[in-house]
Amino acid sequence: MSDDHQHHHDHDAPLPDTVLRVKALESLLVEKGLVDPATLDVLIDTYENKVGPRNGARVVARAWVDDAYRRRLLDDATKAIAEFGFMGRQSEHMVVLENTPKQHNMVVCTLCSCYPWAVLGLPPVWYKSAPYRARAVMDPRGVLREFGVELDPDVEIRVWDSTAEIRYLVLPRRPDGSEGMDEAALAELVTRDSMIGVGLARSPGAA
Amino acid sequence: MNGAHDLGGMHGFGPIEREVDEPVFHAEWERRCFAITVAAGFLGRWNIDMSRYARERMEPGEYLRSSYYEHWLHGLQILLVEQGLLTEDEIAARMAELAAERGG
Repeated sequence: MSDDHQHHHDHDAPLPDTVLRVKALESLLVEKGLVDPATLDVLIDTYENKVGPRNGARVVARAWVDDAYRRRLLDDATKAIAEFGFMGRQSEHMVVLENTPKQHNMVVCTLCSCYPWAVLGLPPVWYKSAPYRARAVMDPRGVLREFGVELDPDVEIRVWDSTAEIRYLVLPRRPDGSEGMDEAALAELVTRDSMIGVGLARSPGAA
Repeated sequence: MNGAHDLGGMHGFGPIEREVDEPVFHAEWERRCFAITVAAGFLGRWNIDMSRYARERMEPGEYLRSSYYEHWLHGLQILLVEQGLLTEDEIAARMAELAAERGG
């Protein structure tokens, strides 16, 4: 059992009955007119194909090139992000955390898996996993090392625990060597992990 | 309320396992579970705090053994039953029908 637990992935074999239970609930909900099958298709298509970390990357790139936008973003993130039309479920109250040479921000949801869907899409399995939720608050530097990020010892790390209401987006530091790049090219440097705070933005040319 | 979901600072879970080029969903049942949960939320019968509380009421051992969308499924069923939208009996009956169809 302990071996099974240790190697359990989020997508490993579901508990017995899980697949049947999902089918049963869906068929009953549709039959009773409580959910519309067309809505289900739209939801799946939206979160599988349309909403994802490229949204957040556009926000970050804009903040890098437009200082007035950066200030609006830090002041009222929900409103500034809505300028792109990104809003809605699981992103109703956004807070943007700016990384600086002295402070690095990292986001977790220890109690659940709260995540800013409108700018990052649905969370990856590791974000929802017990090891990340347990360790991010206890050993952030160790977690960052596991993600390949080694910060200078005098950089302070702040870990932000999301709640059902407040969702965080990290504004990573603009990489050196990106001075001449335009907004669209800059957005390509912004990774999902850099906006969760477990990574840094890519360096230009590092692909 | 504390419980198995309150994972911050807990020891012993080992390394963080990451997947390269991870898909949004790993199985069709995850897609369907996601969609029916969000769509049922549109009924306006519960809020996010109620959803979370419903997921957190999973038996602790089962919570740790199961995955994210299984927590969602557990929570959804609790909410649907508590709100009187479905009954445990009709869910069990439908599952039995579906199992029989699959078997036959």
